[in-house]
Amino acid sequence: MTGVSAGLLRIDGLDVTYRTRTGPVRAVRGVDLTVHPGQIVAVVGESGSGKSTTAHAAIGLLPAGGRVEAGSITFDGRDLTGLSEKGWRSVRGTGIALVPQDPTVSLDPVRRVGEQVAEVLRIHRLAPRARLAAEAVELLRRAGVDRPGQRARQYPHQLSGGLRQRVLIAIALAGEPRLIIADEPTSALDVTVQRAILDHLQELAAESGTAVLLITHDLGVAADRAAHVAVMSGGTVVEQGPTREVLGAPAHAYTRDLLAAAPALAGEPLRPRRPAGTDVLLAVTGLRRSFDGTAAVDDVSFTLTRGRTLALVGESGSGKTTTARMAVGLETPDAGTVTFDGEDITAARGERLRALRRRFQLVHQNPYASLNPRMTLGDIVAEPLRAFGVGDRASRRERAAELLEQVALPVSALRRRPVELSGGQRQRVAIARALALNPDLVVLDEPVSALDVSVQAQILRLLVRLQQEHGLTYLFITHDLAVVRQVADEVGVMRRGRLVESGPTDAVLTDPSAEHTRELLAAIPGTRVTAS
Amino acid sequence: MPRRLAQAVVVLWAAFTLSFVVLYLLPGDAVLTKLGSAEGGVTASDAEVAAARAAHGLDDPLPVQYGKRLLAALRGDFGTSVSTGDDATHLVLSALPPTLAVTGLALVLAVLFGGGVAVLGTYTRQRWLGQLLLSLPPLGISLPSFWVGLVLIQVFSFQLRLVPALGSTGFASLVLPAVTLALPTGAIIGQVLAKSLRTQLAEPYVEVVLAKGASRGRVHFGHALRGAALPALTLVGVVAGNLLAGSVVTETVFARDGVGRVTAAAVTAQDIPVVQAVIVLAAFFFVAVNLAVDLLYPLLDPRLAAPAARTGKVTADA
Repeated sequence: MTGVSAGLLRIDGLDVTYRTRTGPVRAVRGVDLTVHPGQIVAVVGESGSGKSTTAHAAIGLLPAGGRVEAGSITFDGRDLTGLSEKGWRSVRGTGIALVPQDPTVSLDPVRRVGEQVAEVLRIHRLAPRARLAAEAVELLRRAGVDRPGQRARQYPHQLSGGLRQRVLIAIALAGEPRLIIADEPTSALDVTVQRAILDHLQELAAESGTAVLLITHDLGVAADRAAHVAVMSGGTVVEQGPTREVLGAPAHAYTRDLLAAAPALAGEPLRPRRPAGTDVLLAVTGLRRSFDGTAAVDDVSFTLTRGRTLALVGESGSGKTTTARMAVGLETPDAGTVTFDGEDITAARGERLRALRRRFQLVHQNPYASLNPRMTLGDIVAEPLRAFGVGDRASRRERAAELLEQVALPVSALRRRPVELSGGQRQRVAIARALALNPDLVVLDEPVSALDVSVQAQILRLLVRLQQEHGLTYLFITHDLAVVRQVADEVGVMRRGRLVESGPTDAVLTDPSAEHTRELLAAIPGTRVTAS
Repeated sequence: MPRRLAQAVVVLWAAFTLSFVVLYLLPGDAVLTKLGSAEGGVTASDAEVAAARAAHGLDDPLPVQYGKRLLAALRGDFGTSVSTGDDATHLVLSALPPTLAVTGLALVLAVLFGGGVAVLGTYTRQRWLGQLLLSLPPLGISLPSFWVGLVLIQVFSFQLRLVPALGSTGFASLVLPAVTLALPTGAIIGQVLAKSLRTQLAEPYVEVVLAKGASRGRVHFGHALRGAALPALTLVGVVAGNLLAGSVVTETVFARDGVGRVTAAAVTAQDIPVVQAVIVLAAFFFVAVNLAVDLLYPLLDPRLAAPAARTGKVTADA
C-alpha cells in the first residue's frame, strides 16, 4: 500500500488514441489526475473534450479502437495499464465501479432488476447463493428505491428513469468499491430527480468512504459536488485545482468561457423583457387531454402576444409538450379552445389546418433525429417551400442559401448532409427550416437541451436575434429555468398536466408563489455556489 | 390472443381461396390429363369426359364449386385425387410423417449449426476465425439445395458409403436430406443471430455488466444471447414454412416418400384436389408455427408480458 499522498487513483501523462477510418485520433493527451480516498473529483468539459475517454480508460472499458498509448493509471498502488482481462475483472466491481450516463439503456432489458444487482455479488462471490436475493433488495433500499422487494422482481422497462439510475447506483455500490466513476450520471434526468440522485450518491459515498470521479458537462453540478475539479478541453486538462479556486478565480480562458456560458451561473437575460402587448397571437383556454385515462394536460389556459416569448417549464411528463402540440394543431384537445390570430382553430382540419401550418413552425429537441440524413441541407431547408409550392427550383435554392446565412452557416453547406455537422450546427439547420415560410409563431421544444453549454448559449443568442429581426413569437418548451431566465418574457410552470404558476419571468423566478416552482429553482445545479 | 387466432383463420381461408382461384382458372384439366387427351391423342369420348367431370364436381358453375369445396374443406375433405381416386386428405396426411421426420431433424440441425456459428463467430477473439465463421452463413444461403444434395450423395453415399443415398427407411436415410434442408435454413438463422448478437454486444448495458467485473462469457451467454434470440426466434417461425417447401426438392433428389413427392406428382398431373390439400396443409403448418412463436415471445421478452411504465414519466417516483 502506498501512502495517502499518492492517491487512490493516479493518472499520469495519459495518452489515448482512437483508430478511425481517417487515421488515428488523439482523444486524450498528457492527462494527469489524482483522486484521493473518499474524495469527489469532477472532470468538466464539453463533448469531445476527452473527459469520458479518461474515465473509461480508468476502468479499462475504452470503446473499440481506443488504446492507451502512453502514461500510467495507478489504482491503490497497482498499475492498471498493462492489466490482463482477468486482472481487470478483479478490479471492476469491487475496486472501481461505474455509474453510466443513460439509465434508460444501461440495464439488460430482459433480466429482473434484482438479478442484475445480485450479479455483482455472484461474480465476486460476495454472498452465499441463498442470500443473493435478500442482499439485492437491501442494496436497492440503500440506493433509495421505494418498495425494493417489489422492484427487485420487476424489469427495467417498468421503472422510471430516475429509479433505473438508482438501480445502477445499487449495482455500483454492491461490491463496496473504493472508487465510483460516475459518467454524466444524471444528465438524462429531470433537475429535481438529478438533485435527489446526486445528493444520495454523495451521501452514500461519504458514508462508505468511497471516492467518486464525477464526469460532467455541467459546471453547476461540479461546483455543487466536487472538492477538486479538472477542466478538460481538446483532450487535455487546461486547469485543475480545488473547486472554489478554479470556479471562483479561473486562470484559463477556456474555464472563463465555460463559466460565462453556463446559464445557471450567469443567467442574465439576453435581451430586455418586452411589455405585454394587446395583439394576441395565440390564446388557449381550458385545454384538456388525457391518454389511457390519465390526464396529461388538465385545464391549461394562457395567451401569448405577438413578438414575445412564453416559456412552458416543467419536468418530463408534466404535459408541456402535449400542450404545445395542441396549440399548433398536432394533437386534438379533449376539451378547450385554441385561438390563433383571432381565429378559433381548435377543430381545424385538412386544407385549413395545412394553411395554418405555414404560420407556425416547430423546432424539435433532438437535432440528430429531426433532420433526414439522406437529404442535403439545401433540400432540408427548402422542404417547407416545396411542400407549399412556393417559388421555383432556382428561387427556392436562393432562399435556402439566404436562410442558412441567417443562422450563420456558410452557403457552401447547402450541398452537405446532416452527418457532417455538429449538434449545434444541426440545430441551426432546423431553425433555418422553421423560418423558411416566414411563420408568425415558432414552437421551440427543448431546442438546446441536447447541446453543450457553450453551443447552447450560441443557439439562444441566435434565437433572440432572429426574433428581433423577424418579429417572431416563441412558445418555448424547456425543463431548464436558467434558460427561461435568459430568453422568456413570460413563464408558465407546469406540473402533472396543470399550470401551477404563470406570470412575467422575473416576477416568477424571484418571488415564486407555487411550491413546485421553488423546488425547480432550488434544484438548478450551481445555485449553492452563487449563493455562497 | 383471440385476435391472433382470428388472423390465423383468415390466413387459412386466404390460402384456400387463392389456391382455388389460381388452380381452377388455370388452363388444363386433370380429367383430360387422366383420360389421355391432353396432347391431342383423343382416347375418350366427350360423354366419358363429361361423366368424369361430373364425378369430380367440375361441371358446376365456379361460385357453386367454390362454396361446395369450402364447406367440404372445413370438414377436412378436399375431394378425391383425380389421378389415383384416393381421398386427397388421406393421401397428403399419410405422406406427412416421413416429411415431418426430415424437416424436424433439419430444423434442429439448422438451429444448432446456425446458432453455433453465430455464437462462436461473435465470441472468439481470433479475428480470422470469427471472420471465417461469419462468412459461412452467406455462403450457405447461396448454395442451391439440389446441388448440395447431389454432392452429399456423391461424397457420403457413393465414396464413403456411410449412409444410404436414396429411400426412406431407417434413421440413416434421414441424415443427408435433413442436412441438405438444414443448410440454407441454418444459414439464415446464423446470419440473423450473429447480426443481433453484435447489436446486443454494442448496447450500453454491456458496459455496465463488464464494469461489474463480469467475464466475456457471462456477457455473451448470460446477457447478449437472450436478447439476441428474439429476432432469431421470429425468423424460425418464417423458415419453418420454407422447410416444407424445401422438402419438394430434397425428397425428389433423395427419392424419399413424403409430402414433397406427393406435391411434385400432383402438380405434374394437375391433380387439383391434392395440390389444394397440400397448400392448405402448408398454410396450416406455417400458421401453427408462428402462433407458437408468438406464444413463446412473452416468455423470452418481459417487455411484451408486463405493462411498461408510461414513457416519459421520469418524475415523481424517483
